[in-house]
Amino acid sequence: MENQNVIYGINGPVVTVKNARSFSMMEMVYVGHERLVGEIIGINDKFTTIQVYEETTGLTLGEPIYGTGSPMNVTLGPGIMSNIFDGIERPLKEIAKESGTFIARGSTASALDQEKLWDVTLKVKVGDVIESGKVYAEVPETLSVMHKCMLTPLIKKATVTKVQPNGKYKVNDTVVEVEDETGQKHELSLCQKWPIRNARPVAKRTTSTVPLITGQRIMDALYPITKGGTACIPGAFGSGKTMTQHQLAKWCDADIIIYVGCGERGNEMTQVLEEFSELIDPRTNRLLTDRTVLIANTSNMPVAAREASMYTGITLAEYYRDMGYDVAMMADSTSRWAEALREISGRLEEMPAEEGFPAYLPSRLAEFYERAGYVHNINGTEGSISVIGAVSPAGGDFSEPVTQNTMRFTRCFWALDKSLAYSRHFPAIDWMASYTEYLNDLEAWYIQELGEEFLEYRNVINNLLQEENKLMEIVKLVGADVLPDDQKLVIQIARVIRIGFLQQNAFHQEDTYVPIIKQREMMKVIVHLYNKSKQIVAANVPLDDVLATGLYEDVIKMKYEVPNDKLEMFDDIISNIDRTIASVLNA
Amino acid sequence: MILDYIGVKEVNGSLIVIDNVENAFYEETVDIRLDDGSMRQGRIVQMEGKRVVIQVFEGSREISLDNTRTRLRGRAMEMPLSPEMLGRVFNGAGDPIDGLGDIYPEQRMNINGSPINPVSRVYPRNYIHTGISSIDTLMTLIRGQKLPIFSGSGMQHNELAVQIVRQANITDAEGEGKFAIVFAAMGVKNDVADYFRRSFDESGVLQNVVMFLNLADDPIIERTLTPRCALTTAEYLAFEKDMHVLVIMTDMTAYAEALREFSSSKGEIPGRKGYPGYLYSDLASLYERAGMVHGKKGTITQLPILTMPNDDVTHPVPDLTGYITEGQISLDRSLDGNGIYPPVGVLPSLSRLMKDGIGKEYTREDHTALADQLFAAYAKTMEARSLASVIGEEELATSDKRYIQFGKLFESRFITQGFNENRSIEQSLDLGWELLSTLPRVELDRVKEELLDKYYVEGLCK
Repeated sequence: MENQNVIYGINGPVVTVKNARSFSMMEMVYVGHERLVGEIIGINDKFTTIQVYEETTGLTLGEPIYGTGSPMNVTLGPGIMSNIFDGIERPLKEIAKESGTFIARGSTASALDQEKLWDVTLKVKVGDVIESGKVYAEVPETLSVMHKCMLTPLIKKATVTKVQPNGKYKVNDTVVEVEDETGQKHELSLCQKWPIRNARPVAKRTTSTVPLITGQRIMDALYPITKGGTACIPGAFGSGKTMTQHQLAKWCDADIIIYVGCGERGNEMTQVLEEFSELIDPRTNRLLTDRTVLIANTSNMPVAAREASMYTGITLAEYYRDMGYDVAMMADSTSRWAEALREISGRLEEMPAEEGFPAYLPSRLAEFYERAGYVHNINGTEGSISVIGAVSPAGGDFSEPVTQNTMRFTRCFWALDKSLAYSRHFPAIDWMASYTEYLNDLEAWYIQELGEEFLEYRNVINNLLQEENKLMEIVKLVGADVLPDDQKLVIQIARVIRIGFLQQNAFHQEDTYVPIIKQREMMKVIVHLYNKSKQIVAANVPLDDVLATGLYEDVIKMKYEVPNDKLEMFDDIISNIDRTIASVLNA
Repeated sequence: MILDYIGVKEVNGSLIVIDNVENAFYEETVDIRLDDGSMRQGRIVQMEGKRVVIQVFEGSREISLDNTRTRLRGRAMEMPLSPEMLGRVFNGAGDPIDGLGDIYPEQRMNINGSPINPVSRVYPRNYIHTGISSIDTLMTLIRGQKLPIFSGSGMQHNELAVQIVRQANITDAEGEGKFAIVFAAMGVKNDVADYFRRSFDESGVLQNVVMFLNLADDPIIERTLTPRCALTTAEYLAFEKDMHVLVIMTDMTAYAEALREFSSSKGEIPGRKGYPGYLYSDLASLYERAGMVHGKKGTITQLPILTMPNDDVTHPVPDLTGYITEGQISLDRSLDGNGIYPPVGVLPSLSRLMKDGIGKEYTREDHTALADQLFAAYAKTMEARSLASVIGEEELATSDKRYIQFGKLFESRFITQGFNENRSIEQSLDLGWELLSTLPRVELDRVKEELLDKYYVEGLCK
């Protein structure tokens, strides 16, 4: 029966089969003699439609199609960390060994290294009754990640019948045997499979009250995101989306980073590979690669695999979340993923909605972002997935469907602005257009960790920026010279905030990552400068007298001059402010 | 057994449909002989049952339902390649048109290429000195980069491209490595193609140039193949023959329009402005064929040129291009109108790879800070100008007046340079410092004190 399924039609990455009965929806199949990976995306009484994850050039009609009986899935086990995969979890380093510089088709390389021996510590004993999610073995995967092999959620409850001793095993070696409630026996190795389009189950979702600290001032201080939160970074080309994503991947305080390069530049992935293998994680003092997984489906790789890459990424994220880790996933860019949906939808001749995107775009986006969150896992641990999705709106216009729909399903919005990028203000996050909905959830954390004053400083700074924005309307018409001194002060302080605080130099050793405590101190200095300068205005002393002292420039330079571990230097800056202002007042 | 299929079932635009075809494969090429003896080529673009849709490169004019014989070639679209291609001229589909006969191929490669494995790539870091101040200082070109020129009709993008080719120091510092230029003309006027040919000739590089010409009146289907033929040749020269290849593709807008025409004749659902939904993937499959890879000495640097319809950077072609390429050199209509050459619009231009290819080891330690400060200062000039246009220049504050003055100098001395003027990187950087020194030292907030001590010229700020 099996080989009766043959190719009937080909149109780009879409292949049809006539009169096939044995396939189920979303089943993974192999197409043709070269066994190209594909997935069933449509079935009717006459035709079965398959999207193929590789180039279809050279396929002929009548070539066989082999079913696998299971949906598109990924292999989860030790060896994922520090690896680089394509959109359907094929290891690119192995493929490079197989086929050289260029990616050949029909690669059969398995996702995880089959030969490597892992140090396994067994965590169960014969007779134990274990439930899904239970950790039965631990493997030090990299220097910073302890990999936990868990009973797959597909088996609800089972009794351990046999356990291998601690020692060295390969991923596919059976280490534990169990018998489930129906009496069926299962052999558990170090890895398991999971279909990428299904979310892994959780016990309970909760509201997160802990921020994901990124070391980027505008994000941590003004528009924070929680662990388990979702954020959207839209921006026209050249506004620094990828740069921002890289900064987050490098410095945010998650345990695991999943970086999905979805339809983006090849050189960018190479850059991540090179940079991350040299950089040290400030928290663990280990290499960043030790906690990072890259999924690279560059723009010239097959479009169907691009569509799958986001699901592959989030499935890996869920797997590590189940172990109790805080995972952050960077998706760059979700627009390319939406375009892949559009392209395939077009090949299927579906009725298009807005701008040619399929009508199911919002529901797909919602499905994806809802897989993020802070959860109680089924094994009792707590873990989180934060998703930060870049969006590349056509023409930089945020009213297009992908941006608009993403805004509905994410709660943090970091809008990148082209004119800021033009004047090389990075990160080019527009403080007027950005927002976060997480602030209320985080209030308690900020008060406990950083004191009441942190949020007060934030309010002052926020209000000054708002006020400056209004004043700039006037300045644009009549110039800054005609403003009264109290308004001039707002403009001058806002300049200090913009250049001295919001602007952050990713290439500067001290400035690329700033601990939250130092952020608070910097805010304190700025607010102090503002309050002191108000005395000048109140005493009717011209503000220009203060500006002439160069005090404001000194404050702006504090971001470079105070090292991250010498916070006591801020006291000097504050006393310098007091002295200078006093001398101006007395003059 | 070789079968000829007589006649066609349907003709639609440049597509023909043939029924009852056996043993064809997807993207196979075909030869079509018309009854009058003329030959055409085509490619299978869709198959269903025994019905295949063929795209005819030369167009379907004069094809009727029964005047053709079609033969399957048994292979996908391939390009014959050999080192003797240097100095030759080909049409858009890769056939020689200079009357010097066929190429004796050393090997054949599929023109669609294969994606470069990201782990095999080498991150590009070697800067290419172009001798143009604005480019070298502010949007440095890196070997293995794809850096398009965004232009508009009537601006001097061709001259700029020629100047870059002429002055580009593309060989290694040790003088090693051969260089080659692959030039792909898509839908450009005869004069333009001729201008490039003459310029290559005058600068004595013609023997290192491979030209692919699909002119404005040539078939559009051929145009969709032109960049692929060119890039296949470039890959061959770079990765098989260890050459440093600079690929110039002009005009990408004409290419995208050809793609749109072809897509609509296939009856595909259009996306933005009628361009097919896969325009991004399609452009990416071209631009991503630039780069450097491990274990190969050669490199491919791309310099595509595209004209923005109505100077609109949000038009799908420049927009999608900008999302794929590593920056852009944007030409500015108002600079061009003021007679400034090269009219490089500094603010919207960008080189993404520049940050890792400049500085102490490559150019000079002050380069990054200087570039940042120039950008910031010029952005302030623009703000001051827009304010001046409302309240008049006289009413401006002194600091704003200084920026206006800086902007004038920046445009007339830094951006402006002669067509034959080749500035060294030191000259360009020193000139930048000289101009910045017309601003008060405290305003230069992007530069560290040590650098200011070293490079800021006292006494120029009045």
